[in-house]
Amino acid sequence: MSKIKSLADLKKIRDEKVSGLQTRERGEDAENLVQIKVAMATCGIASGAKETMEFIAEALEKRGVDAIVTQVGCMGYCYAEPTIEVKLPGSESVVFGGVNIEKADEIIEKYIKGGELVDGIIPVNYETID
Amino acid sequence: MSKYSMHLLVCGGTGCKSQESDIIAEKLKNELLKQGLEETVQVIMTGCFGFCEKGPILKVMPDNTFYTQVKPEDAEEIVEEHVIKGRRVERLLYTDPETEAHVEDSKHMGFYKKQLRIALRNCGVIDPEIIDEYIARDGYSALGEVLANQTPEETIELMKASGLRGRGGAGFPAGLKWDFARKNEADQKYVVCNADEGDPGAFMDRSILEGDPHSVLEAMAIVGRCIGADMGYIYIRAEYPLAIARLKTAIGQARKYGLLGKDILGSDFNFDVDLKYGAGAFVCGEETALIHSMEGERGEPSLKPPFPAESGYMGKPTNVNNVETLANVPVIILKGAEWFSSIGTDTSKGTKVFALAGKINNVGLIEVPMGTTLREVIFEIGGGIKDGKKFKAVQTGGPSGGCLTEKHLDMPISYENLVANGSMMGSGGMIVLDEDDCMVSIAKFYLEFTVEESCGKCAPCRIGNKRLLELLERICEGKGEESDLVRLRNLGEVIKDTSLCGLGQSSPNPVLSTMDNFYDEYLAHVVDKKCPSGVCTDLLEYFIVEENCIGCTACARACPVGCISGERKEPHLINPDTCIKCGACMEKCKFDAVILK
Repeated sequence: MSKIKSLADLKKIRDEKVSGLQTRERGEDAENLVQIKVAMATCGIASGAKETMEFIAEALEKRGVDAIVTQVGCMGYCYAEPTIEVKLPGSESVVFGGVNIEKADEIIEKYIKGGELVDGIIPVNYETID
Repeated sequence: MSKYSMHLLVCGGTGCKSQESDIIAEKLKNELLKQGLEETVQVIMTGCFGFCEKGPILKVMPDNTFYTQVKPEDAEEIVEEHVIKGRRVERLLYTDPETEAHVEDSKHMGFYKKQLRIALRNCGVIDPEIIDEYIARDGYSALGEVLANQTPEETIELMKASGLRGRGGAGFPAGLKWDFARKNEADQKYVVCNADEGDPGAFMDRSILEGDPHSVLEAMAIVGRCIGADMGYIYIRAEYPLAIARLKTAIGQARKYGLLGKDILGSDFNFDVDLKYGAGAFVCGEETALIHSMEGERGEPSLKPPFPAESGYMGKPTNVNNVETLANVPVIILKGAEWFSSIGTDTSKGTKVFALAGKINNVGLIEVPMGTTLREVIFEIGGGIKDGKKFKAVQTGGPSGGCLTEKHLDMPISYENLVANGSMMGSGGMIVLDEDDCMVSIAKFYLEFTVEESCGKCAPCRIGNKRLLELLERICEGKGEESDLVRLRNLGEVIKDTSLCGLGQSSPNPVLSTMDNFYDEYLAHVVDKKCPSGVCTDLLEYFIVEENCIGCTACARACPVGCISGERKEPHLINPDTCIKCGACMEKCKFDAVILK
């Protein structure tokens, strides 16, 4: 990690990141991978998000699914923690709530591998500024 | 890779389920089976869409059609028309109340604009421990812009024009605050971020720090540039370990990138941030008390003036802003004052984050434009009251705020409206109460909190609140008199008028506002000695329901004072004069014959 010396340098890093250049350099192609975000704020972790995230990362590797699993902050659905967001290549992302290990297993087997939705979807009801 | 080409999402939230949404799902499945489509179209129950007012909701993916008020008998038509023929069922589409046009695609529904995330823009989107992800979302560009292309005066003018007001409670204009700190000349100045979030049930700031710590660091550096400070401190409660850990990681990464430190982004501007831990005292959210605590002194407020902008941390000019206020800053710089001031009401600009809690279906963290009504927040975003109970009140502003009732539901949320109706914005806790909540008990709960948290420096707060609480306790125990209600009000007003800081000046609010809105409940407690909601145990009596009692004698044997009489196999009776309300009879009864009333 070297220092960013100017606004132009900063914009370069941003553009590389946005265009996926950084992931591609690491030999990954984000567009064609399953992307999973796990809400890991205090509330999520208290409800078991850590176990869920560990399970998902391990299970995907064992079952040979190429995926990027990342932690993110609070998604706002406290009533349905742990929550995860799954984005399959070429489709819109879907948020699932109440994802314990059992549910995570079901999501991997049915949705990620088979494209079949499972119960527990949380409809997103907000707009975020770009 | 999907074997399904279409999904029918049926809302399985409480509101929709009570209107037979599970039967709708069943019928849809049957229709699909009839048409031999069960392999290509999947029916799935989802969580609450939040749009319960127009439920039951059915959403069709991937075309994003949003059907409202669907009935079980519509299933056949939906499958035949939409699924098979690809024609939307017009009459079930949502009608925009303003244009009266059918809205086909849910993305164009006003409902989805109810929530707008500005302060929470990155929460749940980026990995808070990877600075590159923040940079990818235009992170630190605002700082770069300020350093390269704006003078501090220009930035301050921009903030003033945006209309951003403090999100910590009082709502002081942020740009003006910066201007004061800038104009006070000194060899050293400080920027402080107030992360001492203490309202019961509030977690907005914690979520921002845990989900998007860099936005706060970037904003602090911008404030530093504007007021001429090279050092910033985040005063954070030690009981937020995850937020602390993520902030430390973020500070480390920002330093490595040179976004904190010396000569930031090739300019001559130096700025660094460090953490100061609070021990969790509520009063330390008050800025002078916070500064004393940072200095290692007792967390007690002092009289203003001098304001921190003149003499703050270590006696130097200091600018204190709340976490959420700061989180708004980088976006305002990038998108402009005009954009920000176009959101919200005349005097309250932008959005506000609220922590929705209490008797509400969708407990959670929400962000809505100022001017949104309480009804929209509670019934359309929050999904309404739990278990179909009746809405009674909502407490905003925590222990410093007040309760708002049914008649306030259509009031647009703004700093002024909340104060005019006996409450306040506060930091953004919103606790929803239903018909089972006793308002006297609620007021007592908040008073217990302020009595515990009063620092004890000034007499009105230290002694006054204690007396106020004792009066409430008497009332809840059934020992209150009608004259106590007059005393409550007088004492409350005096505490408000004479306390030193914001804590005491607002602590009687929960009592005064519940008295304004629910005077009959107070009267019931002092005159009839009854608690209408059945909460105050001292005012309740144990009864045996004759029809349910089989005369097993279990209760009589459990009663430690022998106040239950009755023959074997005959209904028993509790003598209220000798009953000590221990509840042993109720625990023992297997037939639900003992009740509290």
